[in-house]
Amino acid sequence: MRLSTHSYSTIRSIQGPLLFLDRVIEARMSEVVRITFPDGHEAEGEVLKIEDDLVLIQIVGESRGLDTDHTQVVLTDAIKRAPLSLAVLNRAFDGSFRPIDGRRMFIPDTWAPVSGFPLNPVARLRPQDLIETGLSTIDGLNTLVKGQKLPIFSCAGLPSREIAAAILEHARAGRSAAEGAAGGSVVVFVALGLTYHEHAFYQQALERMRGDSVAFINLASDPVVERLLAPRFGLTVAEHLAFEHGRDVLVLVTDMTNYCDALREVSAAREELPGRRGYPGYMYSELASLYERAGRIKDTPGSVTLLPIVTMPEDDITHPIPDLTGYITEGQIVLSRELHQRGIFPPVDVLPSLSRLMQRGIGAGHTREDHRAIANALYTHYASGRDLRRLEAIVGRDGMSEADKKMLDFADAFEREIVHQGTVHRDIGETLNVSRKLLERFGLTTP
Amino acid sequence: MSGRIVGISGPTVLVEHPGLQLYERVTVGHARMMGEVVRLERDRSIVQVYDSTRGLAVGEPAVGTGTHFTVRLGPGLLGQMFDGLQRPLDSLRAEQGAFIQPGAEGSRPWAARALRFVATKKPGDSIRVGEAIGYVEEGAFRHPLLADQEGIIDRIRDGELDAEAPLAMLREGQQMFAFHDWPVRVPRPYRRKLTQFEPLVTGQRCIDFLFPLARGGSAIFPGGFGTGKTILEQSIAKFAQSDIVVYVGCGERGNEMAEMLDDFSSLADPWSKRPLMSRTIVAVNTSNMPVAAREASIYTAVTMAEYYRDLGYSVLLLADSLSRWAEALREISSALEEMPGEEGYPTYLASRIAGFFARAGAVETLDGRTGSLTMILSVSPPGGDFTEPVTQACLRTTGSFFMLDTDLAHRRHFPAINWFQSFSLYERDVSRHFDEHVAQEWSTLRQQTREFLQREASLREVVEIVGTEGLQDTDRLLMRTTEQIRRQFLMQNAYTEDAFSSPEDTLGRIRDILARHAAASERLAKGALLDELLKEGA
Ligand SMILES: Nc1ncnc2c1ncn2[C@@H]1O[C@H](COP(=O)(O)OP(=O)(O)OP(=O)(O)O)[C@@H](O)[C@H]1O
Ligand SMILES: [Mg+2]
Repeated sequence: MRLSTHSYSTIRSIQGPLLFLDRVIEARMSEVVRITFPDGHEAEGEVLKIEDDLVLIQIVGESRGLDTDHTQVVLTDAIKRAPLSLAVLNRAFDGSFRPIDGRRMFIPDTWAPVSGFPLNPVARLRPQDLIETGLSTIDGLNTLVKGQKLPIFSCAGLPSREIAAAILEHARAGRSAAEGAAGGSVVVFVALGLTYHEHAFYQQALERMRGDSVAFINLASDPVVERLLAPRFGLTVAEHLAFEHGRDVLVLVTDMTNYCDALREVSAAREELPGRRGYPGYMYSELASLYERAGRIKDTPGSVTLLPIVTMPEDDITHPIPDLTGYITEGQIVLSRELHQRGIFPPVDVLPSLSRLMQRGIGAGHTREDHRAIANALYTHYASGRDLRRLEAIVGRDGMSEADKKMLDFADAFEREIVHQGTVHRDIGETLNVSRKLLERFGLTTP
Repeated sequence: MSGRIVGISGPTVLVEHPGLQLYERVTVGHARMMGEVVRLERDRSIVQVYDSTRGLAVGEPAVGTGTHFTVRLGPGLLGQMFDGLQRPLDSLRAEQGAFIQPGAEGSRPWAARALRFVATKKPGDSIRVGEAIGYVEEGAFRHPLLADQEGIIDRIRDGELDAEAPLAMLREGQQMFAFHDWPVRVPRPYRRKLTQFEPLVTGQRCIDFLFPLARGGSAIFPGGFGTGKTILEQSIAKFAQSDIVVYVGCGERGNEMAEMLDDFSSLADPWSKRPLMSRTIVAVNTSNMPVAAREASIYTAVTMAEYYRDLGYSVLLLADSLSRWAEALREISSALEEMPGEEGYPTYLASRIAGFFARAGAVETLDGRTGSLTMILSVSPPGGDFTEPVTQACLRTTGSFFMLDTDLAHRRHFPAINWFQSFSLYERDVSRHFDEHVAQEWSTLRQQTREFLQREASLREVVEIVGTEGLQDTDRLLMRTTEQIRRQFLMQNAYTEDAFSSPEDTLGRIRDILARHAAASERLAKGALLDELLKEGA
């Protein structure tokens, strides 16, 4: 610990969001710095790199107006922490954790570093308790469980927002008796680079929700670097609510593509060697440091479930952002432009979609005994129907066998009746019932 | 001697500390985190730190330890779960709770478990290097303790293991201990590599039948996300016919490890019927754990694997995923501001990979035993593109290659091993063994299966143009059979009883499918109607 405040006005250079400070004594990696502009207003920053007495600082917020002569930089000796308390519930903050709901900042019970600590793998509880979203393509075919991280891969212009809103409104975590008293679920909503219009949409969705929520909002017009900070605040709050207060926390982050672009911007400013498509080589570790914070802990109530929304640039699933995300998360829900154009909502393409933690979350004791068999049958038959569509395009329907025609019809019916639900919300029982009926109607094997 | 930190960049620190050696272990900062010298200059060296450098300050101490980064070898490793630096995760959890704090050490597993040494030699016996002087019962596993020097035993004692107290003393005064430390980056020596290959049965039909593995060999399976690498690694870890299994979760998911531990603790080794964990060691550095420790984790694991090889066992090392290790190497290299090679990886990527693969092999140990170390590594190519540097570097050294196919995975054909692109260089040597020990027809049936799958592929092209209706009856029958080969033979659901298939079951299944095909062909030739035949066999 330092005994006195270290204040400097020895700025060597400023490049975009980066500031080089000279003749610094004993800087600390990642410590928070406070920057006072010549006009008196303040901004925060963080130490990124230290070489002898030269320190590289990343400025959070606008760097316009800084100069090398009158700007003051104070090194605070502390790394970034989040204020924590149950009083965060039903509040809204910006990307720097300042209230934006017109109310005063709460008084924290405690503070925790925003970067968190890695959860010891042997302390993790295997996730296996269903979260019902009300959407058949998820609940029935790509089941979400508490403690999972499951992104939605969307394309520009597809209704990922409406899907997120539907999940926010309807998501229900099945609770075991032992946890019954813990006090319901919480949504932590983290918005990164949202337009004003999008923000208004989500705000309404949050208001319609029954349970508690916390929002961290970084708008498109807000500082880029705050985009890197906001999810860390959100996750630190989520871990606190989950593991100190036993709540089931659903963290919805939109849009991770804006997060990655912010990362690229800062990396370029640091003149780092660019990796694929200009994104930095450490993006996998960086994303993992966020996504891996989802989970459950043995002998501890509460859970952190993560639903990030990723807009695939150019609809390309091999683009580094969805690609690295898919390599870290436990599956993905993939939206399809084609289904959307045919008026299907939610336009979930179940073939590339996957929930890797589904196996343990379904079946007798979790959902229903016949769940696995129904899901497998739907999947297999739909996949073969989809395959046949290519053939149909070449040889025409008349050139196909009766059996093949039946599979084509099944694929159509599956999309219209199971995938498409409009604004209707189905509980898991209904999802399984309509699925079963569909299979029976086509004389397809069910258990 | 000691020094201080003068710079910090990502996972590396610059230290002012005279007299360090390259790869020397250094304790970094007040938290006493572990680090390793990766670049040496006269007075200033760069140390990669195996913990997060967040909150570390310039001016904090850095102290050379005079030793390299080592792991401790000896009884007590089996059934344990370590991090990438061989810190036991259970004891870390007991000491610090659910989250891992930087700088923690964790007490060694053998300190917590009572292990007894039983001497099989007595005072006055003369011993050779590599001869067992006694053993330790590690659960169901009998762990021999081998002499590392020759002489005549003066004293030897049964009883509780103690890292500090010698097990035996020789007449000339030398001492023998139960444990020793070995630098992870140095391959353990052996007398010679063996070139004869025995099969390594994995319990996966597609591998054992089409692309068999050999003990002492190596395999990679690259595949995009969700193609089934982890499930395949874990299935092989459960069912492979191997004395010891070392599993490294390298830069992957925490929940996966929880799942694996959960599964493993309730399963038995199908060959020995003993609890699965009693033959397994796990080393794990999940993607959110420090990146330098991820880089080290595969070396920690391979050194433990070599140790059991040297005791004369067959050892299987599984790593998921080698790409995450390579990325860690890249992150460190870029913090060192090294000249980047392809896709930002350091130019020494390929030689490091080759050096790692060279640690696989069937060997005659220093004392004349036979042991083997087989490696099965997953690779995660960005965008599922196999032309990337890690896959390519591995391809140059590996003995077998299972290409996991995104298309198959999307159809839920698992394991999604592409049967046209994959290969195994051990096929010839190992097939002989199957022919002799399982059944004469093994190779013949495999050849036939291959041909059928080939013909199916060409027929599919025809179908794309004319539809199935346009095919001849014999071809339609063949397509029905290959569909059965795919669904009933190549596909193997890891979540059911079918997850493990013994060589006999594997053979039986394919033999039945092909026999049914032969019978139906014959009847077709005699004038039976195809539609009838298809209905019967459905
Ligand atoms: N043998 C199998 N039987 C049944 N399902 C399987 C099998 N192999 C894979 N799967 C399915 O595929 C999913 C993905 O598999 P897995 O997690 O092994 O992929 P991966 O290649 O390791 O992906 P990543 O690179 O993202 O880690 C599993 O969750 C499971 O649903
Ligand atoms: Mg995997």
